[in-house]
Amino acid sequence: MNEKSHLSSQFDDELGRLRSHVLQMGGLVETQISAAIDAYSKGEVASVKHIVETDRKVNDLEIAIDDDCAHLIAKRQPAASDLRLVFGISKIVTDLERAGDEAKKIAKGVRRIYEAGQMPSQYGIGIRHIAEAALVMLRQALDAFARLDAALAVKVIQADVDVDTEFKSIMRQLITHMMEDPRTITTSIDIIWIARAVERIGDHAKNVAEHVVFIVEGRDIRHLPKENKESKE
Amino acid sequence: MSNHETPVLKAEARGLNFYYGEAQALKNINMPIYDKKVTALIGPSGCGKSTYLRSFNRMHDLYPGNRYEGEIRFFPDNTNLLGSDVDPIEVRMRVGMVFQKPNPFPKTIFENVAYGLRVRGENNKRVLEDKVEHALKSAAIWEEVKNRLQDQAPNLSGGQQQRLCIARALATDPELLLFDEPTSALDPIATGAIEELVHELKKRVTILIVTHNMQQAARVSDYTAYMFLGEMIEFGKTDQIFIKPQDKRTEDYITGRMG
Repeated sequence: MNEKSHLSSQFDDELGRLRSHVLQMGGLVETQISAAIDAYSKGEVASVKHIVETDRKVNDLEIAIDDDCAHLIAKRQPAASDLRLVFGISKIVTDLERAGDEAKKIAKGVRRIYEAGQMPSQYGIGIRHIAEAALVMLRQALDAFARLDAALAVKVIQADVDVDTEFKSIMRQLITHMMEDPRTITTSIDIIWIARAVERIGDHAKNVAEHVVFIVEGRDIRHLPKENKESKE
Repeated sequence: MSNHETPVLKAEARGLNFYYGEAQALKNINMPIYDKKVTALIGPSGCGKSTYLRSFNRMHDLYPGNRYEGEIRFFPDNTNLLGSDVDPIEVRMRVGMVFQKPNPFPKTIFENVAYGLRVRGENNKRVLEDKVEHALKSAAIWEEVKNRLQDQAPNLSGGQQQRLCIARALATDPELLLFDEPTSALDPIATGAIEELVHELKKRVTILIVTHNMQQAARVSDYTAYMFLGEMIEFGKTDQIFIKPQDKRTEDYITGRMG
């Protein structure tokens, strides 16, 4: 990318602000997800309310950043790397907001399970593991954005396969459980929803990473076969 | 947006150098101009884009001390436009030019457009009337002037004058039209009309346009060339140049990081 500054220092400021707002939003989403996972594994139902409320902040940031993008396009008509950055950011915030929604879904799922008097801890290890992986993906995708590091973004994209595989194995485990003891069905389905939300977080992290590759290299690698996603620079 | 047809060459600069006396203004330019496409030349002031544009209709011949090296091949006949055996008048019949400021002759609207045809020796009134009407229609100004063809051209508005100049250039059925910042003296509405016209014209004629307005280059052209200090830095599809230029210098220029 381009480190040289614009003739218009205001334009530089605006782009800089936009980037830091995205990182701020990303940080908030990360916190939401780890709080939701903690709520799950430690049974902290009290934090569910906080997570659900904080989701509104994530939504507000999405709207504010999109609005800034629209203003910047109208005022500055960005081109080349600037255009890719603004366009990419507008897409990244959509994925971040949806990842935030998934955190909220996890939190609500946790509340349902505990309110039904169940303890999900017997499946805790599998979920905890896949959630850690998804969280690392998101963190690295945001790092890749902050440093405009396409190679790291490609690593994130590749990691999504592992999360998907693990999700499938959790599904199989839970199906076995349900068949063995139908009384676990309600809880198992709630846990499946949670696992599904975690898996979706991985997908959103992957999308963010794909947008980063577009921002840095100008290549749109969405929907490409895996071998074509390698960084070319 | 993308079209996959293979473009046909209309002209090609090969190893083109140009000197204003001792000063070299163009340095080894190699660049294709594709048939019935719009090619935009962008670059900071003094980069040689107007010099390059003017080479196509031998405008530099008018001043002593100017010197070309290399060639500009013109197709399909593969003529070297810069060849010493090629008559500049003939070149200008095939390569029309529209300038930055509208420059109608101090004559009637009709005579402005008929001028090139008369120079060519056309005196048949019917033919002249037909060709003038056709040119004015092609330049999207017919409806505005059809009832006052005998009015003085300089009385038209700036935007109309510029379209009249385009009609004048079109009257001789050129194969290539050169535009040297055709809208820099016009308001946004008149600019929009010219840009729309460029889009219409490329169905029939190849267009090479110099513009300082980068957004205009992005809007009207199929190909864009970035020039800097007399060199062709980058040539490519306009979509490519404005989304992912290959050269850092192009990137710096179009993102406003020059200086």
